[in-house]
Amino acid sequence: MTAIAPSAVIDTDGLDALVTVLLARGRTVVGPTVRDGAIVLAELSSASQLPYGWGVELDAGRYRLVPREDGAAFAHSAGPQSWKSWLHPARERLWSADRTPEGEVSFTAAEPEAPSYAFLGVRPCDLRAIAIQDGVLTGGRYEDTGYGARRRGALLIAAECTEPGATCFCVSTGGGPAADPGYDLALTEIVDDDGHRFLVRIGSEEGARLLDDVPHRRADMVTEATARGAVDAARDRMGRALPAVDLRALLGASPEADRWDDLASRCLTCGNCTLVCPTCFCTTTEEVTDLTGDHTERWQRWDSCFDLDFSFLHEGPVRSSGRSRYRQWLTHKLSTWHDQFGSSGCVGCGRCIAWCPVGIDITEEVAALRAEQETETER
Amino acid sequence: MSAPKLAVFKLASCDGCQLTLLNCEDELLALAGAVEISHFLEASSAVLPGPYDLTLVEGSVTTAEDAERVRAIRAASRHLVTIGACATAGGIQALRNLADVDEYRRTVYAHPEYISALATSTPVSDHVDVDFELRGCPVDRRQFLEVITAFLAGRKPDVPNHSVCFECKRRGTVCVTVAHGTPCLGPVTHAGCGALCPAYRRGCFGCFGPSGSVNLPALIPLLRRDGLDEDAVERFLHTFNTAAFDKELRS
Ligand code: SF4
Ligand code: SF4
Ligand code: SF4
Ligand code: SF4
Repeated sequence: MTAIAPSAVIDTDGLDALVTVLLARGRTVVGPTVRDGAIVLAELSSASQLPYGWGVELDAGRYRLVPREDGAAFAHSAGPQSWKSWLHPARERLWSADRTPEGEVSFTAAEPEAPSYAFLGVRPCDLRAIAIQDGVLTGGRYEDTGYGARRRGALLIAAECTEPGATCFCVSTGGGPAADPGYDLALTEIVDDDGHRFLVRIGSEEGARLLDDVPHRRADMVTEATARGAVDAARDRMGRALPAVDLRALLGASPEADRWDDLASRCLTCGNCTLVCPTCFCTTTEEVTDLTGDHTERWQRWDSCFDLDFSFLHEGPVRSSGRSRYRQWLTHKLSTWHDQFGSSGCVGCGRCIAWCPVGIDITEEVAALRAEQETETER
Repeated sequence: MSAPKLAVFKLASCDGCQLTLLNCEDELLALAGAVEISHFLEASSAVLPGPYDLTLVEGSVTTAEDAERVRAIRAASRHLVTIGACATAGGIQALRNLADVDEYRRTVYAHPEYISALATSTPVSDHVDVDFELRGCPVDRRQFLEVITAFLAGRKPDVPNHSVCFECKRRGTVCVTVAHGTPCLGPVTHAGCGALCPAYRRGCFGCFGPSGSVNLPALIPLLRRDGLDEDAVERFLHTFNTAAFDKELRS
């Protein structure tokens, strides 16, 4: 993409100013901050709430905050939530209906709340995840109107990765630590002898106008080169990788694999993997009635293919075994997602690995499925 | 159409679940308008005879008299809903199921011969047909109202049987197991409380009993890793829903 305006550099004061300007323009600013022993996403009232000086130590089923000497704000990954908590919230009213004493019933569609969000610190994998959810929730014939309204009003400020986590594998999903187009601004954080600063690339008119109100200077060649170098180096420091094979074909050919039984013995079917996944979009609806019976509401809430009710038809769930539910999740992510939406459903953020209580690792499971397929074909 | 008759009965229990109903302060007036409260001793000594349209039963069956009584309650009820860990799983008093009740009796009472109790504490569904079981120790206020409003509207109550983890993630809580190494029964426990304990940085205690999809052998090594020895794991699983988790443990 051709840049809208040349890149700029801001320092931490500039980042403060950026948040202040966003708030002054009526934006709800959401970004990373430390809470309950993790770097979570939350509404920010100041850039001082960013996790300056905190990093994370990740492994399958394990997440720990660790202090960082360099004071960096964006040197972390795989937090417990993703931006879908704001764009595609866990619970949302769809409509309500009222009955008058005369028995007349009227329906009212919920006005999609459309706060004007500014997301600060969107990882490149999460930018891709948002693009995937855009396709799923607004790309088809029936738009999720609430999502559409929130998404169109959202400003995205990306933070490129210079510190991939031990559970990250975006490169092997075709992505990488550099931000693809789709952002309004993209920051690359640098902390070195020349100070703590951010290279800012501009991706939209709106981003350019925003930067106008923030003290900045034109990017110098050294800062640009340092930023590029740090992001390039991150490419080679991914904690994990998916096997470099046709995953769509592999999963498509593996419904009868023995590995699913092994998985079922370890999987709690707790649903955490799908709920933390930034692309999983499944919901169910709930009907709420009141004690008078004259008022009713329909709500939408997150659901998951690990829920028995998810595939409940007459007589019971279609996918009752842990084997079939885990297989649905992995097969949908890596194979049938292509058939449905034209891409993979995995951006390699590593959340499902880190936040699975028992540490089931999809990269390891795919490798095992591949090994099983190879032994099968050798026979 | 006259208002449906509501009855609340109690077997062996602490009254906490009935109290949850009384705690629905904002909704009590509307409830009194929607149903005819016909038998609810904790709220009123005025008692109307059956049959009842909706009967809520708290408590487990621990005596021969209660086993009889619950059959009479069933016979007088069109729709019977059991409420709480005692009524749905035998409650904490089901610890006796794993021990010698005579020995307990001799140790605790000066006159053990005055005590007449069954050897086990069992859920109501072991004795009569139950139309719906609402779990929790105590039941959750929101779910309680959901069961009643669903009954009034003639629809299925929205009481999902997935894990507490679902609610934990919907609430945006940081997982205490993954981020702090705290033992948590959330992955095997029935949702309903809204993932209360993890929101206060504590592991789930399993108040709502096993979820619809339990894999205890997969969870136990995690509890052990996070500092519970074999006895502590046993104790963790043998609280309010002792018989239900014990069944899972031995299945
Ligand atoms: S499947 Fe796992 S690694 Fe892939 S996008 Fe979802 S949570 Fe991230
Ligand atoms: S993996 Fe499961 S929860 Fe996620 S999008 Fe697919 S079916 Fe839905
Ligand atoms: S893979 Fe892990 S997070 Fe997903 S359902 Fe199984 S145990 Fe839960
Ligand atoms: S804290 Fe407990 S209930 Fe919450 S996600 Fe973790 S394991 Fe599940």
